Amino acid sequence: MTTPSTSTGTNDGELMRIEGLQSGYGPVTVLWDVNLVVPEGRITALIGSNGAGKSTLMRTISGLVATRAGRLLWQGREIQHSTPAQVLGLGIAHVPEGRRLFSAMTVEDNLVMGAYLRRGAGAQVARDLERVYSIFPKLADRRTQAAGTMSGGEQQMCAIGRGLMSAPRLLMIDELSLGLSPLLVEQLIEALVSLNRDGLTILVVEQDVVAALEVSSQAFVMDMGRVVQHGPSDQLLADPAVRKAYLGALAD
Amino acid sequence: MAELMQLDAVSRRFGGLQALDRVTLDIGRGEILGLIGPNGAGKTTLVNVVTGVHRATGGRIRFEGRDTTAFRPYQAARAGIARTFQVVQPFPELSVHENVTAAALFCGANGGLRHARVVAGEQLEFVGLSAAADQPAANLTLAMRKRLELAKALAMKPKLLFLDEVNAGLNSAEVEQAMGLIQQIAATGVTIVLIEHLMKVVLSVCSRIVVLHNGALIADGPPSSIVSNQHVVEAYLGKKYAQMAAQAAGNP
Repeated sequence: MTTPSTSTGTNDGELMRIEGLQSGYGPVTVLWDVNLVVPEGRITALIGSNGAGKSTLMRTISGLVATRAGRLLWQGREIQHSTPAQVLGLGIAHVPEGRRLFSAMTVEDNLVMGAYLRRGAGAQVARDLERVYSIFPKLADRRTQAAGTMSGGEQQMCAIGRGLMSAPRLLMIDELSLGLSPLLVEQLIEALVSLNRDGLTILVVEQDVVAALEVSSQAFVMDMGRVVQHGPSDQLLADPAVRKAYLGALAD
Repeated sequence: MAELMQLDAVSRRFGGLQALDRVTLDIGRGEILGLIGPNGAGKTTLVNVVTGVHRATGGRIRFEGRDTTAFRPYQAARAGIARTFQVVQPFPELSVHENVTAAALFCGANGGLRHARVVAGEQLEFVGLSAAADQPAANLTLAMRKRLELAKALAMKPKLLFLDEVNAGLNSAEVEQAMGLIQQIAATGVTIVLIEHLMKVVLSVCSRIVVLHNGALIADGPPSSIVSNQHVVEAYLGKKYAQMAAQAAGNP
């Protein structure tokens, strides 16, 4: 695999590169040979059917699942044997599927937990907390409420807010729109686009393939633990094979 | 259309939170009713109240003319009110077939275990899970677990079935399959209340839609009137969606 051309934009530095990545659970291999590049400053989408390995890929990047073969390069540096805390310390935040909040803790405590590695950055953390509240005003209303007592959508906002609180360079979101109303999805996508405009690189898994391809500039299609296709999102959206496999008649 | 279930000013309060606020609603026999609303509007609470998980703190519920307001969950289930859960929780170590058999047994499949096993087999075939019948439920992908959830509910031979976000987390092609199943279930005479954020699904399968907002019903009518209702657009759909829906309605 050769380095992609950097002549296509001003912001095309490579933030993360994945080469021949293999991982899995116990005797089961889920990722067989994943190759992808996340350019800095872009929104990259991961699409594919349930069971294709998208969540496992995010969990492997985060160090939650051990890499068995291949390399994870973060700004050129190998990180495939890093612990989850080290990965977070590098600036990679993971918003997991299924929210995974500390349900007995308040919303604010959950958000502050996202910043637990940022010792001695109190003022900046406080500013970021206010920024999260301005992106998701509903969380501000509920800052003292136990996170587990909120609705699913509010919990999803809290999980994304917690990810932002680590002041990441790369935000990975698994299942962005899961369980959210159309209005919230629209607001969330606007929020991500605005965060991206401010320089945040985003890697997103999203089941609504149209939304995923509309919000991203490039996308990778996964199937059976491999990347089977990738390219600019607008080209994938127009590709008849992609439409047939992932959109079905609902796209029309 | 004869009423199957009637809610008369049903309320539910959790401490200081009015989760349901005098909801009055008739559910007609044989209809596919869409129940939509923002996250936290009280949709799942409504299902919990009519299925006896939470007791209504005000108002009355009638099912087939009987007052079921004080029913416990097992009474509601045996009366013919079934529901699926947003977060699917099968017995992970039981096989897929055993999970469904348990549901059939519970709802008094006459003829005991042998009959319950047959009923379970039929429902698994109906939802397309026969090939996985002997696997532990824990092995299933999310899309398959959602179908298992459906098979469990159907094995109880419900008259009224609440589907709580059965499509969340599925990609477009999988959603399309699930929609086909919902329509087939309705064709067998089961009344369905569909809680769903995917508006394409709601608009294509529901004959009537009700909208909950802050615990109260704010709209009730055919899909065309709902998507053009200003309150619904503001609280739930968002302007971008409303424009798309208006265009789609213009050229069906």
